[in-house]
Amino acid sequence: MRSGDEIELKVTPDRYVTVRYAGASGDFNPIHIDEEFARQVGLPGRILHGLWTMAQVARAHTEAFGGPESLASLSVQFRGMGVMEQEITVRGTVTELEPEQAVVSSEATQAGKRIIRNGRAEIRLPRSD
Amino acid sequence: MTVNTHTIGKRYEPLVYAVGREKIVEYALATGETNPLHLDLAAARAAGHADVVAPPMFAVVYQGRSVTQAMFDPELGIDFARLVHGEQAFRWHRLVVAGDELSTTLTVSDISEKMEIQFYAFATESVNQRGETVCTGTWTNIVRPPQ
Repeated sequence: MRSGDEIELKVTPDRYVTVRYAGASGDFNPIHIDEEFARQVGLPGRILHGLWTMAQVARAHTEAFGGPESLASLSVQFRGMGVMEQEITVRGTVTELEPEQAVVSSEATQAGKRIIRNGRAEIRLPRSD
Repeated sequence: MTVNTHTIGKRYEPLVYAVGREKIVEYALATGETNPLHLDLAAARAAGHADVVAPPMFAVVYQGRSVTQAMFDPELGIDFARLVHGEQAFRWHRLVVAGDELSTTLTVSDISEKMEIQFYAFATESVNQRGETVCTGTWTNIVRPPQ
């Protein structure tokens, strides 16, 4: 691994992903599962859970760096909103590299809009001895 | 409206979450995980784990109840209708596997107001049945001004 290395994950959330994620996570906020309610509060329709999108950012790291144990920390800012049935791209760049740890900066975009920005992760690297 | 800052430092009673195998599988499938450590008991055991391994972001499941407890606390008086999740951070100290019992404590770490926008930050810490810290979180919520 080198500083400047990039990771990428592409995922297209299907129409019912928010329903499954609501059940799995316990977050039943109706803006994610009820089309009519979402429109009533001024949204274009049901939107993705921000934490589902953050889970995709986390997965981009764990898939690239060797599993769940590799992720030591992740912080993100939520901006805008994600929607179903449009591809999301998570991109990350290794910005710091030390013998046992790497730092990765990331963001998630959908249709040209950043829905997660300022992602910062610390990755545990296997000892090379 | 001026925000109440007297609740900064408020600490809630710990809530215990028992991690179930099928719950991990359900969460992993809902978030697109394909790593067999999260989905297949035999694969997890073959890799040296006691049971299926929770994906890191499963932290939202075992810490979520503590966050809900604070969000609906009348003493904080958060206007839920105008609430937006602004930022989220987690630090993972060790893996969580099915069978773990995790005790999560939440502290109101900061409350502030800038240009009529209110910021609420919660700090969470989860400890397993052996007293080891497994995950700490910072949840930053924003309450937008009334229209």
